Amino acid sequence: MSNLVPLYVILPLASAFLIPSVGRLVKGFQKALLSLVLLFLTAMTFYIIFSGLDQPIAYAVGGWEAVKDTPIAIYMVLDGLSVVVLLIVNLIGFLATFYSISYIKKYTAENNFYALLSLMIAGMNGVVLTGDMFNLYVFLEIAVIASYALVAFGIEKTELEASFKYQVLGGIASLWILFSIGMLYWKTQTLNMADISQILANDTSDAFMIFTQILLISGFGLKAAMIPFHAWLPDAHSSAPSPISAMLSGVLIKAIGVYAILRLFFNMFALTYEIGMVITVIGTLSMIIGGLLAIFQWDMKRMLAYSSISQMGYVFIGVGMGMIILIRGGETSVAALAIAGGLFHMINHATFKGLLFLNAGAIEHTTGTRNMKMMGGLARTMPITSTTSLGASLAISGIPPFNGFFSKLIIIVAAIQGQFYLLAVLAIVISIVTLVYFMRFQRFAFFNKTTFSRKVKEVPFTMCFSMVVLVILCLALSLLIFPGVREVMLTPAVDVLMETTNYSSTIIGM
Amino acid sequence: MIVYFMCFFLFLVGLYGIVTRRNLIKIVISFTIMEFSVFLFFALIGYVENGKAPILTKNLPENPVFVDPLPQAMVLTAIVIGLATSAMLLAIAIRLYKKYGTFNIREINNLRG
Repeated sequence: MSNLVPLYVILPLASAFLIPSVGRLVKGFQKALLSLVLLFLTAMTFYIIFSGLDQPIAYAVGGWEAVKDTPIAIYMVLDGLSVVVLLIVNLIGFLATFYSISYIKKYTAENNFYALLSLMIAGMNGVVLTGDMFNLYVFLEIAVIASYALVAFGIEKTELEASFKYQVLGGIASLWILFSIGMLYWKTQTLNMADISQILANDTSDAFMIFTQILLISGFGLKAAMIPFHAWLPDAHSSAPSPISAMLSGVLIKAIGVYAILRLFFNMFALTYEIGMVITVIGTLSMIIGGLLAIFQWDMKRMLAYSSISQMGYVFIGVGMGMIILIRGGETSVAALAIAGGLFHMINHATFKGLLFLNAGAIEHTTGTRNMKMMGGLARTMPITSTTSLGASLAISGIPPFNGFFSKLIIIVAAIQGQFYLLAVLAIVISIVTLVYFMRFQRFAFFNKTTFSRKVKEVPFTMCFSMVVLVILCLALSLLIFPGVREVMLTPAVDVLMETTNYSSTIIGM
Repeated sequence: MIVYFMCFFLFLVGLYGIVTRRNLIKIVISFTIMEFSVFLFFALIGYVENGKAPILTKNLPENPVFVDPLPQAMVLTAIVIGLATSAMLLAIAIRLYKKYGTFNIREINNLRG
């Protein structure tokens, strides 16, 4: 089993190499190759999930064995948390690729598009799997450099400007992360996360470690577009081609932002009250400010991008509360509930935000505009887009029986049980605000009178297929809350974060 | 110790440049300064007083002192990544110049709010 783990990086990386070289000669090669690769990886992830993952699978790159319990190889670690993130990366990646088959026809340079997309997926899979700090940085850069190029893919004025802004801010974040990796290496003389965790466990936190932690959380917070660092996200996510927006908003900010923060601050550093507080506070700010800014947007994709900031705030609140409760020594069941809520919302957000961006792409594809004032009456002419987008809007605003309701419910229940009453009230209020701006989106896009004269028709099959699959997922993921299904996917991921030292001791013990 | 603080100072110089400069090319240069201060930091943490290059030869002294080779390997990787980032930034800057006819970021402001 452990020999299959590197395939997550090798296959997309190899296809990124093959697509520009072979794709030029064989027609349709690029679409077929990338779709098949991602479908295979998704199937493999499902297989791993359902075959049960009680022990983390570790793969030592190069076959270097540990010497006297000191790991020297770069490890790739597949455990309950990473498998969940891998699933959303590859599944949403597959659907976005399938969607692109029709969508990307209006651009030239199809080969470059698919090559960059597979490079981005290789980078994200690497970030999720790696157990080594410097390797994390390398994969992170692979993913973000590909995403810089993809944001600028339209090479119009706005795309280029958004990409430049994104690159400068993202580059600063990368340097902060690299700098703090240097600090960590200076302190511990190792790069393996498990090893670092063992060495730091005996260490009381001093000014040096606090500085490193602040640098790391700002770096990854910038990558995840938390509120003081959010300036690039609405520009970059709204300028990219729509399938890429779905990948950026649905997957990239989770894989390289949220996942990295969770892995480092739960499993590598010892939990501290201050970090828990920082995560909760920036989560709350993101939730409120992102939600309020989204109301005033008339550009459809910009509104969705601001709403991403707001929804990621919910994820951060969930895990931040869990962290604080764990530190305070409160009830572990409440902490587990809060973390489960955060992770569940992260999975859900990938599905419904991905779907909403694909809907926005479909609307842009047929009407040629992103301004909500310019569209209307699309419900009659584009029934599939309209229905799926209604489903996604209800899911993101937290209406039962869609998945968004259950994850928000868990977060709110955990907030009440953990005595964060203010957070619970704010989460409910922002949920209503979300409902307001998504109902506005529905009304202006689909139900008003038609304001343009161009004849519109439903989008082609591959685009419809991706949207329908995602709306089914939005409904089906609600099942994750029920006992029996929960144990398959959600509980192992929560356990990885709850038993914070388990990660390092199993990796070192191998 | 002073050399570490100077390295951090170089980092702040780069950050200051990115925040205050108005010219796209100057922003890219500031970014590169910041990048190289981090590389310098990596080279510094691998240095050992009176250390030699870590190569196993036949007649080594009794207790050889080697410098740490791992940060050097990391710096090489990071420089290659930095090359990709700078190339990407410059490519976009030149494309922007073709579209707008200026490098001034005050005049390149289609995206607001």
